[in-house]
Amino acid sequence: MSDAKSRMIARAARDIAPGMTVNLGIGLPTQVVNHLPGDFPVCLHTENGLTGIGPTLPHDRADRNLIDAGGAYVSTIPGSAFFDSATSFALVRSGRLDLTMLGAFEVAENGDLANWKIPGKFSPGAGGGMELAQKARRVAVLTTHTDRAGNPKLLTRCTLPLTAAGCVDRIFTDMAVIDVTPAGFALRELAQGVTIEDVKQATGAPLHIPSGAIPTF
Amino acid sequence: MRLPDKTGAIEGAIAAIPDGATIMLGGFGVPGTPFLMIQELVRQNKRDLTIIKNDANETGMGVDHLLVAGCVRRLITTHLGLNANAIRMMNEGTIEVEFCAQGMLAERIRAGGAGLKGFVTDIGIDTEMGRGKQRVEIGGEVAMIETALRADVALLHAAQADTFGNLRFAATARNFSPLMAMAADTVIVEAEEIVTLGTIAPEDVHTPGPFVDHVVHVPNLSEEYAVVRR
Repeated sequence: MSDAKSRMIARAARDIAPGMTVNLGIGLPTQVVNHLPGDFPVCLHTENGLTGIGPTLPHDRADRNLIDAGGAYVSTIPGSAFFDSATSFALVRSGRLDLTMLGAFEVAENGDLANWKIPGKFSPGAGGGMELAQKARRVAVLTTHTDRAGNPKLLTRCTLPLTAAGCVDRIFTDMAVIDVTPAGFALRELAQGVTIEDVKQATGAPLHIPSGAIPTF
Repeated sequence: MRLPDKTGAIEGAIAAIPDGATIMLGGFGVPGTPFLMIQELVRQNKRDLTIIKNDANETGMGVDHLLVAGCVRRLITTHLGLNANAIRMMNEGTIEVEFCAQGMLAERIRAGGAGLKGFVTDIGIDTEMGRGKQRVEIGGEVAMIETALRADVALLHAAQADTFGNLRFAATARNFSPLMAMAADTVIVEAEEIVTLGTIAPEDVHTPGPFVDHVVHVPNLSEEYAVVRR
């Protein structure tokens, strides 16, 4: 993984506050947990029916019945709980999830998120993503700032089918931390070695630049 | 008084399922998937099935055997990401696929199991998943009706069952199984261990026995139940 990507993940981890209940989506977001101190007071939730996710285990120590929603073999910690899928999503929809971190194909300046379907190319179904995006109290996106072809993923409007409308609060990329505000995208922090102009160039929508110094991560 | 004994053989329990049946399968990935009963569906060459399951397992495992053998007409599911074969069959039109948001699938099954016709939600309302669903207004907000799901048969895997069908599930193998146990006309459970009545303490029962029709013992699990080495 690139240095910029791992700093993005480490930066995202700093947004997890003590006491939160958090769901980390499949892919990059799952790795956020590696940047939390071992004794950090947080409750991690996974859709397939576990709160209090413990460390990921190698195959030779794995329990065949204990996975997270991404299929990784995980473990329990003191205080963990197992429950059925209806209970798991009751937790999500009733507002008990303080924060979710999700991947993205596209994010729009109004907070729309597209991360589940590329018509004709990729349509495996949304899994639990729609409910996480629509109902977590706070939704953060972790994504590279541009796709592999260099096209911006932060746009004026999403072109792909939506996961949920107006749901994203904050975006962590390998270039910047950007908030979704009523006025659109607002730059909050810059990755080391990245300029405001670089971020503007790589963003497919207007970017509001606050006055004063922009912190780096 | 003594609670009835529901134990029996896997072949007979599966033989009663007709072609064209709607079948709920427990499991999220490997944990909770009733692989041995799925193999028996394939062996008995069931046709034209509608399968309701969170996912289609991985290529070469579980639900994939049913797809490859041509047993499935329609699949109601949330995610096929680990089964490229299922995605190909969907794209080619060999199987019909209905996608649900994961919590919606769980709740539709729960509603079916609770004797309800459906429920009202705003999940997916601004997405293509919300298209075509009946809209209603509740408390000044627009929401949609999600219909309840029931099945002819639910096939579930339990870590432990007693002879009456009181069940316990292991770890994250629980997932959809307690919901499906309530939502099918016939519920068949394969259990790794069958214990005498009273061995499972009443307060430790995950699914109460009255929901279960048949219990089959699967002491020798196939390789499919093991840890997947990707």
